[in-house]
Amino acid sequence: MKKTVLATVAVAALTLSTGAMAAEKTKFDFWFGLSGDLEKRVQEVCGRFNASQNEFEVVCTSQGNYDAALQNTIAAFRAGKQPTVVQVYDVGTATMMLSDAFVPSYELMEKNGHKVDWNDYIGGIAGYYASSKGQMFSFPFNSSTPLLYWNKGAFEKIGKTAAPKTWEEAHDDMVALQKAGYACPMAINVSANESWQLMEQFSAIHGEPIASKNNGYDGLDAELVFNKTKFVKYITDLKAWYDAGLVKIKSKDLGQDMVQAFAAGDCQMMMTSVGDHGTVGRTAKEGVTWDVAMLPVYQGVERKNSLVGGASLWTLKGKSEAEYKGAAAFLAFIAKPESALFWSTVTGYIPVTKSGFEFMKKEGFYDKAPYKGREAAIESLTFTPPTPLTRGIRLGNFTQIRAEVGNGLQAIFAGKEEVQPAIDGMVTRGNAVLRRFEATYKGKQLP
Amino acid sequence: MERRASFRHWWIGIAFAVPQIVLIFTFFYWPAGQAVYWSMTLQQPWGGGNIWVGFDNFRQIFADALYWNSVALSTVFALFSTVLSMGLALMLAVFVDRELTGSKIYRVVMIWPYGIAAPALALAFRFIMAPEAGFLSFVNRLWPGLWDPGLDGTDAMISVIVAFSWKYVGYDFVFFLSALQGIPKALKEAAALDGAGWLRRLWDVQLPLLTPTVFFLLVIDITESFQDSFGIVDIMTSGGPARATELMVYKIYFDGFKGLDYSGAAAQSIILMGLIVALTVLQFRFIERRVHYK
Repeated sequence: MKKTVLATVAVAALTLSTGAMAAEKTKFDFWFGLSGDLEKRVQEVCGRFNASQNEFEVVCTSQGNYDAALQNTIAAFRAGKQPTVVQVYDVGTATMMLSDAFVPSYELMEKNGHKVDWNDYIGGIAGYYASSKGQMFSFPFNSSTPLLYWNKGAFEKIGKTAAPKTWEEAHDDMVALQKAGYACPMAINVSANESWQLMEQFSAIHGEPIASKNNGYDGLDAELVFNKTKFVKYITDLKAWYDAGLVKIKSKDLGQDMVQAFAAGDCQMMMTSVGDHGTVGRTAKEGVTWDVAMLPVYQGVERKNSLVGGASLWTLKGKSEAEYKGAAAFLAFIAKPESALFWSTVTGYIPVTKSGFEFMKKEGFYDKAPYKGREAAIESLTFTPPTPLTRGIRLGNFTQIRAEVGNGLQAIFAGKEEVQPAIDGMVTRGNAVLRRFEATYKGKQLP
Repeated sequence: MERRASFRHWWIGIAFAVPQIVLIFTFFYWPAGQAVYWSMTLQQPWGGGNIWVGFDNFRQIFADALYWNSVALSTVFALFSTVLSMGLALMLAVFVDRELTGSKIYRVVMIWPYGIAAPALALAFRFIMAPEAGFLSFVNRLWPGLWDPGLDGTDAMISVIVAFSWKYVGYDFVFFLSALQGIPKALKEAAALDGAGWLRRLWDVQLPLLTPTVFFLLVIDITESFQDSFGIVDIMTSGGPARATELMVYKIYFDGFKGLDYSGAAAQSIILMGLIVALTVLQFRFIERRVHYK
């Protein structure tokens, strides 16, 4: 009798102590901006990390979208309730760098004893998130770059087996497609979001500046200059092609967005993120054969690397040592080539390290049907080593500048304004945004 | 004789008022005061510090042609949506008051739109108004290119006005109907005996007695059109195309929360608050004089 009681007590004590041990796992928060299918994918990554060790537990919470993730984090930070790790989109990078609210990634990893080979990161990706001294301030996470999606079946009808490499060729193809009876040779959209493909990436691959001071890297007093570059000719051409019915605008407001129009076979070309590769694959109408290629450039232009899009992971100030240890372990876990393979398989995003890319190539990822073609994104990102103009964009409150670009493009395509004055307007108003940002951070310098 | 409640001690009344005062202070005066402070500074979004700039933010806003554009758009929006929703609501209320067939059902159903959250309503209207796939696509089949809220600013404005008015028709309807039913039957009957048709009775008897309701709804609708339009604009047009639907309240949201220009947004919201206060005072000073409560 006594023995059984003792045994029960012992068992109870044991359960209690293991329970206590489980509770000793250091918990830390990770907020991100992806939603829908991608939210589930991020949760899977979190689950894999939690299962891979028993020291830490990451609690992952979606905030709905990138803007909300940043807004909520700012509000939480001001109230002292910020998460340890937060996902911030590419255009928020300059604002983050001046925030004085983060622990630089290189410092975090060094302090917690993780060795990271920073040179392993693909140059175009690293440049976007590194300080002027080349130290990485945040971890690239979901990374993408735009590609030209083209309908192989439609191109066969006009006797072509490859995507156009230049805009001159693309124009001829569109004319041929129109003659062959296709109502929508190319789909575009003109809103703040498309500033990414139409203005930023176009400028990068053509080696044209977006702003002075190397796109803002060399000082907060940078000024926008894209009203004096090839961008003006590009928009003039697009507008002319739109007027000729070669280019059609597709957006949610109209009932069908670009990706839907392409997947349904209604439009034969579009320019969008490699991140949509999976969606197009899943939703393409039966019989639609398609592929992706690098964005076209104008004839005679020496192509440069494209810019990385997507978001990176920032570690915020004001947390305990134990939480930082957990965050460092989490970031190291994500950076592993195996994680890159998993992440790229379940999403359309690209690996961010050379070793991750090599690992995936070795595993035969790019030979299999649904993923084939995605290597074009890496080719585009690494086409040349990053130049001072293709490192990235380091401009404050860039979300507002994108809105200016979107509004200007809408005015142009609605026929309300001429191309040059409209683009001059984007630049003037965008510069006002930059001056305001400069005044807000008076006396501060980009790290 | 009028009866008044009175308290034995002077502080009891104050004690009753305290919870309300605390609430108003916490949720109105304190944040509003904070907004005034922010509007006089340049706030770093992450809270690293701020710089006192006095009235610079206001000066910049008033010098900005696009700000005046959004003021003009808000005025147009307020005017059309108020007239549209009040006009339709009055018409429907008169029908129901005359007890036409089905009026019992309508009396219940008509309030529903007001209960729908703005984003849900806006999603529905985005589909209805979509030129290629929505209910309105037949317009484009008859006259290609006629209807295009995606690129045509006027069409986009019409879309948001219609969506907003639809929501407030239900709200206005309930007030109009209860006011109509509050009119003593004897008045209408007397007019009928004198040989006045229903239109004449409406014009000479009912409408003059409705002026307090009309006035009340005018104040509410105009005020709401400056504030409640946000959800609809955000989902349907995001202020576009090319700023054609960038109402004041949407611009505040965009500059503040998307653009992280907290100071500029705070200054704009102070201006909007001032405008609504001024409008309400004006309405009470000048329009109310023409209203007959009895």
